[in-house]
Amino acid sequence: MTDTPAIELRNVTRQFLSPDGRSLVALRDFNMTVAKGEFAAVVGPTGCGKSTTLNLVTGLFKPSAGEVRVMGGPVTGIDKRIGFVFQTDALFPWRNVIDNVVAGPLFRGTPKAQAYAEGREWLARVGLSKFETLLPHQLSGGMRKRVALAQTFINKPEILLMDEPFSALDVQTRSIMHTELLKLWSENRASVVFVTHDLEEAIALADKVYVLTAGPATVKSVYEVKLPRPRNVADIRYDKDFIAISKRIWEDLKSEVQVAQSRQEKVA
Amino acid sequence: MSITMDAATPTAAELEAKAQALKTSYKRKVYFWRTTILVLILGSWELAARTEVIDPFRYAMPSTIWGRLYEWTTEGTSEGSLWYNLWVTMEESLLGFFSGSAIGVLAGIALGRNQLAADVFALYIKLINSIPRVVLAPIFTVIFGLGLASKVALSFIMVFFVVFANAFQGVREADKAMIANARILGASDWQLTKAVIVPSAMSWIFASLHVSFGFAIIGAIVGEFVGARNGIGVLISVAKGTFDSAGMFAAILIVMVVALAAEYIMTALENRFAKWKPQAAMDNQ
Repeated sequence: MTDTPAIELRNVTRQFLSPDGRSLVALRDFNMTVAKGEFAAVVGPTGCGKSTTLNLVTGLFKPSAGEVRVMGGPVTGIDKRIGFVFQTDALFPWRNVIDNVVAGPLFRGTPKAQAYAEGREWLARVGLSKFETLLPHQLSGGMRKRVALAQTFINKPEILLMDEPFSALDVQTRSIMHTELLKLWSENRASVVFVTHDLEEAIALADKVYVLTAGPATVKSVYEVKLPRPRNVADIRYDKDFIAISKRIWEDLKSEVQVAQSRQEKVA
Repeated sequence: MSITMDAATPTAAELEAKAQALKTSYKRKVYFWRTTILVLILGSWELAARTEVIDPFRYAMPSTIWGRLYEWTTEGTSEGSLWYNLWVTMEESLLGFFSGSAIGVLAGIALGRNQLAADVFALYIKLINSIPRVVLAPIFTVIFGLGLASKVALSFIMVFFVVFANAFQGVREADKAMIANARILGASDWQLTKAVIVPSAMSWIFASLHVSFGFAIIGAIVGEFVGARNGIGVLISVAKGTFDSAGMFAAILIVMVVALAAEYIMTALENRFAKWKPQAAMDNQ
């Protein structure tokens, strides 16, 4: 079957226990389908449970109810076809750039020479060939993200999960990283779930935008983004269609952000 | 408006030279005060003892301590050659230190990676840890005899708990995102331990190794106090028996030098291992 979706979450509920023993609901009756080669973005107010969706797909979390399927099969443990880019710096600080990039192939048993050859190729692709032997702390935030991208892409993931990967970068670097990401993605066409709280980022990158409700999160609405590819991410935000869809989604998202905001104020 | 270089704006080279000069003069100041304080303390000690403000028999004085050291190195001690006695204590300490830290690291990592084992053993570790280690010396002497083994055992137990606790904590503090990253990149349990857990626990482990060589020496010397034929502890014990204060201070001085040398080696090793760590930028102002 060629039309099996890459990722499917069917009526998924995810509860967990808070440290004081109360049950909290992160996701409720959550439905999401990502087709092969599709770029999906998930936006929602802060702390609504966006990242939980990703952890369910990796198998790090198990659903309390419902079903998660990856490439048509159930999720059992960590899937080798999945790549994950983290929000925080998850590079190994004691390894230099190239050793970080080849970590995945070496873990997976690729012969050393081949792993390093591939590693150099990927470093060239993200423009870091000259920095091979530097340590992560000697790089800028944007460069570290490039290393993280190379580290993930070298495993040739069929599914790429990204958890607010660029949120710690400044606006200019972020826009460069968007272009970089779309370039790498267009070469391997993985199915992507990109979690972010930045609506413009979601629209600029994705084919489909999921808007989540304030926690417990469920899908409020789904928007198709029909902007043509390849996209010029730096300029796209001034595009008339971009502005139109961005306004529509924001109307939807705004009310959820307000709900989340008023809840936080109540707690504080 | 353009920025012009006028006389008041120093060039980079001038700035660097100035910073260098400031650094050197600061260093000189530090060394000056260090030396001054040392000379003052030793000088007033010597003076007070010579003028009998303090009892020279009980407090000794730098010159007699130095004399005793000289005598020990040239003529040997009542218990044989100084070097032999020092070697005995070093052998006990080193064996205790290496076995204690190796097993401490292994146990810390093993329990740090296994929640169930950690919860089960936590009780026993707390129980044993609550015993002041030195009270074990008599028991070890009874069990292992007067020779090497009883001192190594005491050294071991002194070192083990410190290193274990730090290795355990280091494993627990390993960054969650980094662990998740390694797992998703394809690391097996063993690869994860080797590539992520151990390196990130390393700075904790090194912090414990710094103090634990001192503990190893304590273990060896206390063991020697309780019963031994040779060692620095025996020298101190014999000096005590003959009211030889200078001898006791001389032995303490020897231990001090040894501990400092060990600390120096440890720091060098740590710097070599921790090359990946960011160095704080110098603020020249």
